[in-house]
Amino acid sequence: MKAAVVVFPGINRERDMARTLKLVSGHEPAMVWHAETALPAGTDLVVIPGGFSYGDYLRCGAIAARAPIMDAVRAHAAKGGLTLGVCNGFQILCEAGLLPGVLMRNAQLRFICRDVYLKVERSDTPFTRGYNAGQVIRVPVAHGEGNYIADGETIARLEGEGRVLFRYSSPDGMIDPNWNHNGAINAIAGILSDKSNVLGMMPHPENHVETVIGLTDGRGLFAGMVEHLAKAA
Amino acid sequence: MKARVTVTLKTGILDPQGKAIEGALRSLGVEGVASVRQGKVFDIEIEGTDAAKAEALLKQAADKLLANTVIENYRVEVVG
Repeated sequence: MKAAVVVFPGINRERDMARTLKLVSGHEPAMVWHAETALPAGTDLVVIPGGFSYGDYLRCGAIAARAPIMDAVRAHAAKGGLTLGVCNGFQILCEAGLLPGVLMRNAQLRFICRDVYLKVERSDTPFTRGYNAGQVIRVPVAHGEGNYIADGETIARLEGEGRVLFRYSSPDGMIDPNWNHNGAINAIAGILSDKSNVLGMMPHPENHVETVIGLTDGRGLFAGMVEHLAKAA
Repeated sequence: MKARVTVTLKTGILDPQGKAIEGALRSLGVEGVASVRQGKVFDIEIEGTDAAKAEALLKQAADKLLANTVIENYRVEVVG
């Protein structure tokens, strides 16, 4: 799996992401600076990591979404290339129009930094073949603006087309307002694009992949992508 | 030319920051506030003197960057 991690000023999770990609795929990802206009030839996966691009000025992800490299990311996604945005990366993908909707300030107005439980809704996607549908995984979140919202029509379409991939849940997979940490509509934690090749999610699966940390629930996402690409090749 | 772009949240979009400000005003004893919605104001200096051209430019700026039209409305005005 040839991965490229896009780096914007103010991003701070790119090294966690690169470490995980190397660990799971065996290949060092390319680090691509935002001012570049092309991705390395043969890139299978583009990852936009978490952090605080441009200090979250204007709106989270708004300025990064208009950076020079984003045209190349858009072209990669349009060709069906796998694209993953985590945390600020999810916000950037929404601002860039690669995913619908927007991430608003958390309903309780607090920055949330803790482990959460996610219900994996489907296993038949390039991102979740390492999980079973309905499985609950535990991964960390760290965000102040993760409260997903879109207009009613968009939400109905996302739900109808099975494009809600992860939801905040209880440890046993119940969707309950008490476990919906940021107030996201329908407890949405991650969504897919219409062609299922772009995933945006607020939680950080890249931080739960090594036994030394304790949990490895995030590993399935990366292992699943590697497997998907190996099958497609 | 001086111009101003005002960006506000669309009706029906929950505004937790506005709600917090509303609560703070109430706790300060500022009476009679029914609700607060927070927005943004951009004061922009435009080159040239063509007001129609300036308005078109401001709309472009708002559509491309200043507002996220999924959740926000904007208003442009050339102040002169």
